[in-house]
Amino acid sequence: MVAHTPAVPDTPIHLTDPHVVAEHIKTQYPDAVEAVSAQSIVLKKEHLLDVARYLHDTLAFDYLNNVTSVDWLDHFEVVYHLSSMERGGAPLTLKVNTPRDNPSVPSLVPVYRGADFQEREVYDMMGIRFEGHPYLRRILMWEGFEGYPLRKDYKEPYYEEEKKPFGSRWDQGYHILAEDRNPWHDNVQYPANFDALAYKPPRDTVPVVEATRAALTRLRTDKIVLNFGPQHPSTHGVLRLKVTLDGETVYAVEPVLGYLHRNHEKIGERNTYLGNMPFTDRLDYFNAMANNLAYAITVEKMLGIKPPERAEYIRVIMSELSRWQNHASALGFIYNELGAFYTPFMYAFEERELILDLFEAVAGSRMMCNYMRFGGVARDVTDDFMDKCKYLVNERLPRRTDELETYMAKNELFLSRAKNIGILPRDLAINYSTAGPVLRASGVKYDIRRAEPYSIYDRFEFDIPTGTVGDLYDRFMVRFAEMRQSIKILKQALEQIPPGEIMTGKKNYQVRVPKGDAYGRAENPKGELGFYIVSDGSPNPYRYHVRAPSFINLTALNQMCVGHKVADMIVILGSIDIVMGEVDR
Amino acid sequence: MLQEQRPIPTQGILSEEEWLAEQAQRSVWTGPLNKFIDLLDLIYNWGRRNSIWPMGFGLACCAIEMMCTSATRFDIARFGMELFRATPRQADLMIVAGTLTKKMAPAVVRLYNQMAEPKYVVAMGACASGGGPFKEGYNVVSGVDKLIPVDVYVPGCPPTPQALLYGLMQLQKKIDRQSIREVPWYRKGISEGVPEPILGPDLIDARRLEEITAFTADPEKLAARALQLHTPTKGEKKE
Repeated sequence: MVAHTPAVPDTPIHLTDPHVVAEHIKTQYPDAVEAVSAQSIVLKKEHLLDVARYLHDTLAFDYLNNVTSVDWLDHFEVVYHLSSMERGGAPLTLKVNTPRDNPSVPSLVPVYRGADFQEREVYDMMGIRFEGHPYLRRILMWEGFEGYPLRKDYKEPYYEEEKKPFGSRWDQGYHILAEDRNPWHDNVQYPANFDALAYKPPRDTVPVVEATRAALTRLRTDKIVLNFGPQHPSTHGVLRLKVTLDGETVYAVEPVLGYLHRNHEKIGERNTYLGNMPFTDRLDYFNAMANNLAYAITVEKMLGIKPPERAEYIRVIMSELSRWQNHASALGFIYNELGAFYTPFMYAFEERELILDLFEAVAGSRMMCNYMRFGGVARDVTDDFMDKCKYLVNERLPRRTDELETYMAKNELFLSRAKNIGILPRDLAINYSTAGPVLRASGVKYDIRRAEPYSIYDRFEFDIPTGTVGDLYDRFMVRFAEMRQSIKILKQALEQIPPGEIMTGKKNYQVRVPKGDAYGRAENPKGELGFYIVSDGSPNPYRYHVRAPSFINLTALNQMCVGHKVADMIVILGSIDIVMGEVDR
Repeated sequence: MLQEQRPIPTQGILSEEEWLAEQAQRSVWTGPLNKFIDLLDLIYNWGRRNSIWPMGFGLACCAIEMMCTSATRFDIARFGMELFRATPRQADLMIVAGTLTKKMAPAVVRLYNQMAEPKYVVAMGACASGGGPFKEGYNVVSGVDKLIPVDVYVPGCPPTPQALLYGLMQLQKKIDRQSIREVPWYRKGISEGVPEPILGPDLIDARRLEEITAFTADPEKLAARALQLHTPTKGEKKE
């Protein structure tokens, strides 16, 4: 357990600067640091776990934002982003190199439990072993899948060329159907001498779990394993849970992911930078606008450009409208999970339709907006849009928020089912790298809009609502409070929005991003959406990684569910507010 | 009414055959059989087309639009389709709303097999119809029709609720044209399910096991494949 408060050294230090942090590390572990640059610290992998423990305990880097890896053809590089809940600021980047044959890195799960799923994902996609990981298995693909898809030498069955735009898409090119290019006429490939007739798939197993809350009852009972999903009305799509039950009490939950793994990262590496914009819409498909914003600010960070004032305001307006409708639907879904089927969610969808109308008016599509560009937005908003938006923000949304709160938050049945259910204590919420409303409900006052302000969020006045206990009720109420804060921001933005340009420079289909890497993040309605992009100077990203909040929030599901009944587990899952498009990417 | 139209003969004692024939005339429809079946089809299809129960089964983004279709503004209840069933046993229609991945493929085929006849499949959106923007992905099945038969394709990414409703109306038209004379579920014998694909080194179509084994054992074919993969396609023209 990690139930201690880290002590920050007395000396005032700028701990967002890698050089300063590296000096601190060198005082403890003189030969741990391999190299330091202005962006990152490269560590030796033998010392990784010790340094991580030191950073966590002494320098108060208590939050692991992101774990990912890059294939550099001659070696792999595992990249960690750490930040501090207290200090805020930009995350610190740690890198560890490992050779290409038999790659392995020590696991950080003993220090940061949020690394659990992320390391499994790296193992699944790149084949890097994490020594000491408690349950290192494939997470997105299935056990027995051939190859590690994100390695640069992996060619998918419909492979055409390394980079887009493909030659066949030019004027003189002739496009051959992907089916015709593949000898199986299907999206499959098999290793040599594969005997399909004799093939037996590996058996589905349940991990041997250690009871977090031992001896729930004195009666001697056997444990049963309940399979749950991937087709189930309350799994928010195609999530599958393997639940070990003791009677009707949950003993352990193991989410099985990947049923909607759509290969965003592999496709993203082949795409051009702008070509990835519509794909970000489909990550968290409730919040296309917010995803666009996170991706746009990451690439803008690398390009070193800033959008004009008007575009910034439009971005904030879109992002906050998106947040309102996401939270309203999420609250409806929690009620759905409790058994109030459809009705509360229909109330939320009434207003959501009006917001989608606004999105359709500016972007042309209700859900998949593809609206933001690097250095601005695609189209300007009209006066008609502004009038409708003002009416919505000043009249309808506050009224509907109050109405929903009256119906939902004070319901006796709801209170008895939500209070003290699925508690996630503060230190565990941080240690599990949860983000967004789940983190704030546990009492952590951390919002990226304040901690590392992006766009123009530092100009607006708004509060960061937090919970106290970290139970289901808090997660529910934090969302209500955030809806009100969104309206508050929207009102300010709609008043202050200046006329002017909406785009820096001219419209460009292909941007050339300078060499380097960047981790950009935004406070999405579901949590911290981060993009880690590595550029080699070409028109396509060398590596494109998505830090998906829903995916990492699921790491804490087991912790929240243990000891509760099956029916509560469903509601706890609903209170995390996951979207499978983002979980599996 | 039938009795009035055909008065009973009052004279003479009927033989057994005559009595039987007379009874048959009184209680059995004697018009052309085809017309009767047409009438039956009309009633039968009218009932079926207005009470299609979809399976509550969302795969991806399109599922959100499917939910919007069932919500207040678009109100799928006008078509008698608002009852989203959680189990395939009670459902008539599978709306494949979203990207079908390889990992999900066995589950989808199993759900399809578990649905009782008559059953229909709507491929909603670009991904379900043909792979969509994710077609090139290594974990994506390029279209649900590679595995199960599809009745209606609804284009769009995602299709708007209006588009989905239009697609469902097309399905209704399709149902209207069906006749109990030739529908598969009144034929003799048991209808075979679609064999479930297997998750191996890649998705294995259970109908092509021999073909795959023969192919992977042949080094020449594999080499040809490797060549095919790495041939640039720029400026290529078809003969």
